[in-house]
Amino acid sequence: MDKPFAITLDLGSSRANHTGSWRSRRPEYVDRLPPCNHACPAGEDVQRWLYHAEEGDYRAAWQALVEDNPFPAVMGRACYHPCETSCNRAKIDEPVSIHAVERFLGDLAIREKWPLSAPLPPTGKRVLVIGSGPSGLSAAYHLARMGHAVTVREAMPLAGGMMRYGIPRYRLPRDVLDAEVARIFDLGVHFEPGVRVDDVATSVAEGGFAACFAAIGAHLANRVEIPARDAARIFDAVDLLQRVEQGEAPRLGRRVAIYGGGDTAFDAARTVKRLGAEEACIVYRRTQAAMPAHAFEVAEAAEEGVTMRWLRTIKRFDEDRIVVERMELDEAGRLKATGEVETIEADALVLALGQNVDLSVLEKVDGVRVVDRVIEVDDRMMTGHPGLFAGGDMVPSERSIAIAVGHGKAAARHLDAYVRGEKAKAPPPREVATFETLNPWYYTEADRTSQPAADPVRRRATFDEVNGGLTADDALFEARRCLSCGNCFECDNCYGVCPDNAVIKLGPGKRFRIDLDFCKGCGLCVAECPCGAIRMVPEDG
Amino acid sequence: MSQRIKFYQTGTLTAGNRLLDPETRAVQSSVDRSNALTSGHRACQGCGEALGARWVLDAAMRATGGQLVVVNATGCLEVFTTPYPESSWQVPWLHSLFANAASVATGVAAAMRSKGSAVRVVAQGGDGGTMDIGFGALSGMFERNDDVLYVCYDNEAYMNTGVQRSSATPPLARTATTPALGPEPGNEFGHGKNAPLIAMAHGIPYVATASVADLHDLEDKVEAAMKVHGARYLHVHVPCPLGWGSASDDTIKVARLAVQCGLFPLFEAEHGEVVRRTPIRQRQPVEAYLRLQRRFDHLFAGGRVDVERIARLQAIADRNIERFRLLTGD
Amino acid sequence: MLKQIEGSRGMAEAIALCRPEVICAYPITPQTHIVEALGELVKSGSLTPCEFINVESEFSALSVAIGASAAGARAYTATSSQGLLFMAEALYNASGLGLPIVMTLGNRAIGAPINIWNDHSDAMAMRDAGWIQLFARDNQEAADLHIQAFRLAEALSCPVMVCVDGFILTHAFERVDVPTQGEVDAFLPRYEPVQVIDPADPMTIGAMVGPDAFAEVRWLAHHKQLRALEIIPEIASEFEQRFGRRSGGLLRPYRTDGAETIVVAMGSVNGTIEVVVDAMRAGGVPIGALDLCTFRPFPAAAVRDALRGARRVIVVEKNLALGMGGVLASDVRMALRGEPADVQTVVHTVVAGLGGRAITQASLGRVFAEGHAGKLGELHMLDLDWGVVEREVARMSENRRSGPTASNVLRDVGPSMRRIG
Repeated sequence: MDKPFAITLDLGSSRANHTGSWRSRRPEYVDRLPPCNHACPAGEDVQRWLYHAEEGDYRAAWQALVEDNPFPAVMGRACYHPCETSCNRAKIDEPVSIHAVERFLGDLAIREKWPLSAPLPPTGKRVLVIGSGPSGLSAAYHLARMGHAVTVREAMPLAGGMMRYGIPRYRLPRDVLDAEVARIFDLGVHFEPGVRVDDVATSVAEGGFAACFAAIGAHLANRVEIPARDAARIFDAVDLLQRVEQGEAPRLGRRVAIYGGGDTAFDAARTVKRLGAEEACIVYRRTQAAMPAHAFEVAEAAEEGVTMRWLRTIKRFDEDRIVVERMELDEAGRLKATGEVETIEADALVLALGQNVDLSVLEKVDGVRVVDRVIEVDDRMMTGHPGLFAGGDMVPSERSIAIAVGHGKAAARHLDAYVRGEKAKAPPPREVATFETLNPWYYTEADRTSQPAADPVRRRATFDEVNGGLTADDALFEARRCLSCGNCFECDNCYGVCPDNAVIKLGPGKRFRIDLDFCKGCGLCVAECPCGAIRMVPEDG
Repeated sequence: MSQRIKFYQTGTLTAGNRLLDPETRAVQSSVDRSNALTSGHRACQGCGEALGARWVLDAAMRATGGQLVVVNATGCLEVFTTPYPESSWQVPWLHSLFANAASVATGVAAAMRSKGSAVRVVAQGGDGGTMDIGFGALSGMFERNDDVLYVCYDNEAYMNTGVQRSSATPPLARTATTPALGPEPGNEFGHGKNAPLIAMAHGIPYVATASVADLHDLEDKVEAAMKVHGARYLHVHVPCPLGWGSASDDTIKVARLAVQCGLFPLFEAEHGEVVRRTPIRQRQPVEAYLRLQRRFDHLFAGGRVDVERIARLQAIADRNIERFRLLTGD
Repeated sequence: MLKQIEGSRGMAEAIALCRPEVICAYPITPQTHIVEALGELVKSGSLTPCEFINVESEFSALSVAIGASAAGARAYTATSSQGLLFMAEALYNASGLGLPIVMTLGNRAIGAPINIWNDHSDAMAMRDAGWIQLFARDNQEAADLHIQAFRLAEALSCPVMVCVDGFILTHAFERVDVPTQGEVDAFLPRYEPVQVIDPADPMTIGAMVGPDAFAEVRWLAHHKQLRALEIIPEIASEFEQRFGRRSGGLLRPYRTDGAETIVVAMGSVNGTIEVVVDAMRAGGVPIGALDLCTFRPFPAAAVRDALRGARRVIVVEKNLALGMGGVLASDVRMALRGEPADVQTVVHTVVAGLGGRAITQASLGRVFAEGHAGKLGELHMLDLDWGVVEREVARMSENRRSGPTASNVLRDVGPSMRRIG
């Protein structure tokens, strides 16, 4: 059909008009660092494994998770989840229950007997790991996957370190721990329990190890001098928990006081209760608000009948009572003794005042420096002694299982580079996906799922696990509460809201591309991206 | 997936969602969408009308299986899409005059009926072409119940000619013909008309309002409109960054605020009765809406907030909320 | 089939035989009887398939026709006077888009003062809108021109306006030979649009054209009009062969052989003129007439040929272009401008029949005689009541604000109305 001149035009012929030339700034797809990932000491890519979990592909989710952390079932229980504290969803309703989904995945993997992916071909390098706590096993796991021959030496009879001897069973059932530990050993890691390494340099040299990672933890309890008629009635919390784990039942008496306000104090108090004590009383010298223990620990302990006395210092331990002095805060908020004393009836006193590193093993090694009662390491986690790396509770850092796991992972990366004579390349820094980069309008309202908890009265008498896991439905729901901060989840909004059709959809899993021939740089795609995965940048020139 | 899906991060608030059944995703999320209005058009950056028009027509194309023709009134939409020698349309498209889109569409529909064709007709224009100069033709099309979906893209003024006031311009808005001067700065209270309500008064089968703030809502309404025959009217709120003095990346946000503050109620009516409303999800004060637009600058001049005038506008929004039961939607 | 019927009915039946698919109607006197008749044919089912749309204005009437035509339907509407002006914008649009719409214009005066009777002011006002304008001399031709008009419009992709004198033709009962459906079908093929709005072959119709191509578009529209000058006689000739009677064409000379004076006119007044010519010829006056059927495009060459040899041309026309004179006379003068200086022809304008005033044989005979005798001015107002006019002119010169001229004149001419009516 001959069309009339000029008045009648061909379809879509405006595509000859490249409006991209109007643009002064352009949109750019980015992968910002989600705050959960940013906050995770273990370096988990939380957003990524939740992405798979959202689809119900739990195996892929688990696989993504164990790329960074071999202990999802442990961590889903025992980690204090700083990821959730920083979760952007908290500003909409409540944080995603990341730990619950993590635990779900971990438990599922154990139940389904999913194996870890096979290590890379052997490198021929031997590596020694001292200590089988979270840090040592994390390092062993990563190093083994890299193809190194790993030997783990452990002073205790069983592997796990603080995961076994610090965290009570009611928070972390041992079958769970055993399963995840066994999986690591199944990678070919050589485990030598009951072997205490006293001379690191010699051990490395004799064993033909190319490098060593030391993570012996902090097992020495802090002591304060408390005059006591019977010193045998005073226990260290770490020691107590360790003995209980080894099957002992220390004779504590009917009423037990626990001195300290950290998580270990509460672990001790709750353990004491389970051992049969009628009363377990936390004595803490500062205010309730100043207690370093996590709120849920305090709450669960209270549910189980643990009592608390704040603003008290222990002066002495008499026959069947402890004498405490009342403290108060002055106008400046400083702690001040009042001189007023009172008594608390107690048959035993448990001290939970922090732990120290047994420095005797490392301080004699050439080049190793001790600062503030911990071992100094550089940004590669290497001590002053070439090839000797250290991590976990024995290096300058806050202490947690997640941090320890993170140290192990980081040390493994650098140790691997070291034995290859290379330098590990740091991943490019990523901008954090703050709440301000999101468009929260698009997220639908969905309250956090809660885990089932055992009845407080029942749980006083048993070391059975307090908190249950999520059902598959709930885990899916919870995963789908993730905002996918800073990372495209293919919601198609950019594709839908571009007034110029200048967003090209590349297909499932392939995300999108900006068609710069036509993008005028209006910025609508950026403004309407729910998760802040696009940013505007100035056009060059 | 074995278990029933009960929640998605964004539900149907975003265009798509990889977890949603493709049927539940917006037409706009699909690579198979028609792109009825394609790239290379000369609309301003962030044009709400360009966006709205593609949304509407792609949805109408989907609903009719591509058996659609479009009649366009003179205005921005016509000018920025068809300057010789380039057309941005990928649908059969006809432009005649400013005031006659409804009548031309009637003619097209009559021709189709006469020929026994199943091709459907959409007419579209701006608020000026629809509510002012073309209102007689529109009313005629309505009262005859001609088989046409008429879509008004309401950007609340004559933008093509340089932002002059129309009968859709809200009170207080500054335009080139309602300057922010004198005792009644901007457009006067008590002027203007409500085109959807007038459309409803014709008793036609379907009238709805929609907004570029809500893609799924808009597409659902287009689909609903194409399911019935007879005269239908869809009034779509489309912010104009140029005329409103809003940022180009705020187009959807501004539209959203208009809906969430109650100034632009979203509802559907059948045969003259409102039958459904889209409830306000996060209620906002009108001030939040006004602040993003320089046409309302005079209400915030010199750091002083013109509380009294804003309250009058808020009263209009509140009345809408009450009248259309926008908080509950039932 | 021969019928003694009202002109409007004759036209309606002819139009129906053309199988229009969409008809739009808005009532305005004097075209109403045509669309009423068509409405009846559609409603009764005898014209089918056809959509009859009752619109809310003339502007919409033509707009609906535009939409229908663009969608590939044969579209028809009718109007008069004010209605034509109300659709003025759409007239230009229809021609600009090249839509072969056929419209009957029941010629009527334009107000103010409002007047429902016949003259050609409406058609003249829209003479440059890009429509072909054909004028019917009688009801037979009024019917026939519609059949030719669809053929012409569709051959050129150009709208055609068939101009019929209001009341004089539309309301007159005359004998009309209404052809059969078979005859019309054989003459008028199915409509094959040049462009159509259709999902099967989507395109953009009605683009905005800027300075870079606008002039070319306008020239092409002009070219289309010039092509019509070739096609119109062909169609008329074929029509004559098929239907056995002459109708349409560019123009029809009447007794111009040896005529020193030739009277030029359009529409029904030609009948009266030819009677007067016959009478004057009988009296030995060498006078002839030229009935112009095609006004747009203006057949300048044909007019020049037809008038060649005449010393004097008297253009009788039913319009007064205010501030200029007669529209048709101006065009005739332009047509004659190419003649050599020694055959320079004098052209007189006789404005007649404004607002329905009767044009009598007596008045025409008088003015033709004056013309032939060389006593006629360049612009002559037939049967003008100069007394009334001069009184009002005097009043206006005394007092700038003398009140509405129309009511003053009506007061003054009151008694004479009976005479004219």
